[in-house]
Amino acid sequence: MKVVLENLTKIFPSRDKKAGKEVVAVNDFTFEIPDGQLVGLLGPSGCGKSTTLYMISGLQKPSSGKIYFGDDDVTELSTENRGIGLVFQNYALYPHMTVQQNILFPLQNLKGKDKLSKEEMLERAINAAKLVQIDELMDRKPSELSGGQQQRVAIARALVKMPRVLLLDEPLSNLDARLRLQTREEIRRIQKETGITTIFVTHDQEEAMSISDVIVVMKLGVVQQIGKPQDVYDDPKNLFVATFLGTPPINVLEGKVLDGKVYIGDEAVMSVDGVEDQNVYIGIRPEALEPATNGVFTCNLNNVEVMGRDASVVSSHKNSVNPVVRAIISSDIKVDTTVATVKYNIKPHKFFLFNKETEKRIYFEVKNNG
Amino acid sequence: MSTTTVMQERDIKQRTFIQNVFKALGKTGTYAFLLIMALIILFPFYWMIISSLKTLPEYRQAIPTFWPREIMWGNYSEAFKTANLGDLFMNTLYVGVVSTLVSLVITVLSAFAFARLEFKGKETLFGALLATMMIPGELFTITNYITVNQLNWMHTFTALIVPFLVSVFYIYLLRQNFMQIPNELYLAAKVDGTSDLKYLWKVMIPLALPTLISITILKMMGAWNSYIWPKLVANDPAHQMITNGLRNAFTDTTGQANYPVQMAAVAIVSAPLFLVFLFLRKYIMQGVSRSGIKG
Repeated sequence: MKVVLENLTKIFPSRDKKAGKEVVAVNDFTFEIPDGQLVGLLGPSGCGKSTTLYMISGLQKPSSGKIYFGDDDVTELSTENRGIGLVFQNYALYPHMTVQQNILFPLQNLKGKDKLSKEEMLERAINAAKLVQIDELMDRKPSELSGGQQQRVAIARALVKMPRVLLLDEPLSNLDARLRLQTREEIRRIQKETGITTIFVTHDQEEAMSISDVIVVMKLGVVQQIGKPQDVYDDPKNLFVATFLGTPPINVLEGKVLDGKVYIGDEAVMSVDGVEDQNVYIGIRPEALEPATNGVFTCNLNNVEVMGRDASVVSSHKNSVNPVVRAIISSDIKVDTTVATVKYNIKPHKFFLFNKETEKRIYFEVKNNG
Repeated sequence: MSTTTVMQERDIKQRTFIQNVFKALGKTGTYAFLLIMALIILFPFYWMIISSLKTLPEYRQAIPTFWPREIMWGNYSEAFKTANLGDLFMNTLYVGVVSTLVSLVITVLSAFAFARLEFKGKETLFGALLATMMIPGELFTITNYITVNQLNWMHTFTALIVPFLVSVFYIYLLRQNFMQIPNELYLAAKVDGTSDLKYLWKVMIPLALPTLISITILKMMGAWNSYIWPKLVANDPAHQMITNGLRNAFTDTTGQANYPVQMAAVAIVSAPLFLVFLFLRKYIMQGVSRSGIKG
């Protein structure tokens, strides 16, 4: 089932009448989610991603715009008739029911021609439980389950009525780091097995990038960029997207373009074609910086953090917007920590220029390095 | 190792000993106090029971006996007949059950509305309802009496039931309980395809069950104990409630009151409440203490 959002907008009226300022939570969101894909809505808190999810679920009504499931316009359809499954951030299991009763609950509410016999309901509940591997726990109450198990019950409950669309609201935020890794793979597996179009919301870019087919990066209600995770990472459209994706975050420095050369301070770090002379923000991915004695970009060396596989060279530069300039290198490469400065070469395909005012990406062609 | 910071073993033993002595003293004091208070409270019950088993002459002795010389079980059957307790029980039970059931429905629905639904003037209306709790119940007696009289409800069960169907206190109690149920459960139930009413029935009522049980018990106790209002509006034999019946049964005679029989009647009437309290006190305490007030 493909999901189409058309000029979707949500405006919350201001609570305080005197202040008279309304909040635009989602602004003119148009997007088509192809059938059977896993889509991650990604953004910092308050960017409208949860509101978008709630509008797709029908729990909130859009101020304007349309929502289609397949070819059906569901904009005015109430939640219970949309055929969606929703997993809440805090799971929202019914505390007085056992796991089995929780999973059965959506089936018991089916009416008319969808109504199932007791045996069919039980069979489907057991199948759903098996899918998320909790069929051993059917007689427990939610309070007797761990966070990860509760999460699975919530997914089983959302899947049992075979929804047209599965929605997940920050599904991993209440789990510890190891369980989070495991569960996100689990979600991916379940989504692949069922083939249900799935939309999930997260503020964790790593989570979104690792399992999504497509990610949507949002900021203050406005969609910034849509694309395959790697494409968005490699080709950010603006400074926000560049800084939001990637851990450790991209290094941002102030610089300028003059006569086809990009300067950070007094150093010309890159020769570029097709860019007018102007002040710019320069974004350099940590993995694009290579320490080299003949490097073009000089920083003050602070220290080197070794993290097993990788090492992180922490340095500083007076033009840096971030407190430090960080380079990620293989831990096999030895860096001399006794000297005061470090010189880097820069890989050009992870080197971005952004307009100082609009923060939009400035595209250029590399002439030659240095 | 410096000597000043290390506590000597002898010291520790001494401290442990002193600590234990104080603990023991404290416990003894607490239990002594509780025992005395329990005796003060239980004594009237004890006196009621033994008096109900005495003969009239023994009861009238100037120096009372603490245990009846001859146990008169017959007092109980006589009490049952004299006071017509069977009818009184049925009347009270009828009023109690009907008013409790209807009252529960009203309380649940209005608490749900105030806790979950959005409508214009919700806060104002709820504030107005709460404000009525400021007015002492005795003041309502007069206006209620006039209303009931004008509606020609005098000497009917309706007069006993209707004026007390809505209790702001219970609505308030249940609303607070409903509001503690996370909003996500409501949204989850919507996603799972329930109507408001079904959500109320399947999720909220089971979760608020302890409070509902408290309300039921308190309401039943209220019906059982009510005295002034039934006496005013329905004191005829067909509608008499237990407290009034009990009082009238023994004072309307020629003054030769048989006190042991009267005591037996009182014991019979107290028994159901006593049992309810014994078995369900957990819920009663929950209901009354959670809100900190009792209207």
